[in-house]
Amino acid sequence: MLYALLCYNDEDVVWNWDKKQDDEVMARLAVVRERLERTGKMGPSLRLLPTTAATTFRKSDPPLVIDGPFAETKEQLLGFYILDVTHLEEALQIARDLGEANPGGAYEIRPLAVYNPGGGAFTPGAVPAEVS
Amino acid sequence: MTDPAWINAAITAARPQAVGALLRYFRDLDTAEEAFQDACLRALNNWPKNGPPRDPAAWLIMVGRNAALDGVRKRSRQTELPPEEVLSDLDDAETRVADRIDARDYRDDVLRLLFICCHPDLPPTQQIALALRIVSGLSVRQIARAFLVSEAAMEQRITRAKRLVAAGDAEFETPGPAERAERLAAVMAMLYLVFNEGYSAADNPDRAELCAEAIRLTRLLLRLYQTEPEVMGLLALMLVQHARTPARFDAEGEVVLLDDQDRRLWDREMIAEGLALIDKAMRHRRPGAYQVQAAIAALHARAATPAETDWLQIDRLYATLERLTPSPVVTLNRAVAVSKTAGAQAALEMVAPLAERLAGYFHFHGLVGALNLELGRSEAARTAFDKAIALANTPAEAAHIRQHLDRLQSEHARGPV
Repeated sequence: MLYALLCYNDEDVVWNWDKKQDDEVMARLAVVRERLERTGKMGPSLRLLPTTAATTFRKSDPPLVIDGPFAETKEQLLGFYILDVTHLEEALQIARDLGEANPGGAYEIRPLAVYNPGGGAFTPGAVPAEVS
Repeated sequence: MTDPAWINAAITAARPQAVGALLRYFRDLDTAEEAFQDACLRALNNWPKNGPPRDPAAWLIMVGRNAALDGVRKRSRQTELPPEEVLSDLDDAETRVADRIDARDYRDDVLRLLFICCHPDLPPTQQIALALRIVSGLSVRQIARAFLVSEAAMEQRITRAKRLVAAGDAEFETPGPAERAERLAAVMAMLYLVFNEGYSAADNPDRAELCAEAIRLTRLLLRLYQTEPEVMGLLALMLVQHARTPARFDAEGEVVLLDDQDRRLWDREMIAEGLALIDKAMRHRRPGAYQVQAAIAALHARAATPAETDWLQIDRLYATLERLTPSPVVTLNRAVAVSKTAGAQAALEMVAPLAERLAGYFHFHGLVGALNLELGRSEAARTAFDKAIALANTPAEAAHIRQHLDRLQSEHARGPV
């Protein structure tokens, strides 16, 4: 059973961490992540940059390009993990472990309908060098 | 269980909004600050026991306001100070306050705070000190250390600034659109000054923190002006420059020039955020000085090696910057790009008319020296480097010029080639 574990928190708080604090949280999360990756229960995970860097494309007619995130909320989507577990209970246990490593905010555990792992020509970070 | 680091981060994040709202209630900076301090003390006591509130800013505003009002009441001997336990059951009240603090209040409160710090009558040094104290919440000692002055002198600077701001009551009204644009420009200028204070001394940790603080406050400003391309440009400029920090100094603390930096040390996350912002800003087709400078920094950031730098585009951007903010220093920078595209001779011709105005500018003589060196004119290069070394602002700058002079010296010793 595939789940997305969506990480919500107040980005004002998270992006207020100093480098040391950020590194410590990331190191604690890495311990949990690497353990789960070894068991094959965790797939890709990623972290999003602040919503001030976001652009929203409204599929209206004509389409509208708006500066900023889709929704102005108190807590923002800051990243996610892809989990492969047998029961929801297992996903909740993972949420508990991650939450202990990084308190504050909430995780939304949402089943996945389609999962395309990508591959082929997709190499993250390769594009910017070519664009220049 | 609530982690103290989390509490500190939550308080720092909530500070501009909370102090801004308290200022709206009390119309006095000192009262607002004291009320906030009071609320923070209670938060440190209360949150670890009762868990963090869902909306820390709303909690701090309400508790701060009550504490300040209690203070007034206590002084007038009308009622007793309520027991601490009363504060632990705030949930319902907190939600109501949070509902009332709508997006517009938030925006106005934080803007008012920033605008007050950038009061047109305050000199830039006082604007910076006030903003770091009031908006960022840095201690007087931290600010004094960052600006290399005594704590007493900094305390005095902040007190003087507060007194001047308090004298003008009109400050507490929300300014009109025209004045807003002016004040926004002043806030951006102040933030860029804070950043540059940190950037110019990134080898000193007390001062380097100013870069991170400037970035944090500019993100906050962009949240208030989501569609303002110059704010995007300013944040992008800071991010892309700050991203180079790990590569800017060698093990001995000497400056490493852009061309010689190990680009693998650049912070890719910051660069990605900066590039996204500059792309967003460009879509508005309303160029400004911060956007153009950010675009120049972005072209350097996009080049995997110095040889891949798009100097032609950089030359064009400097030409735009010359139009937007004409200055001999901008022309000098443009000449560097010209030396890469059209050669050292063309660049020398471009900077020749600046000689008088930049006679006392280290980088002018440094560039003239380097260009002459490239053209094989050792004597002219030596003369320029000698002038540069006499004008060096830091030991690192002097050491860099010294290297050139030493090389000239050893080439001379070997005889003409």
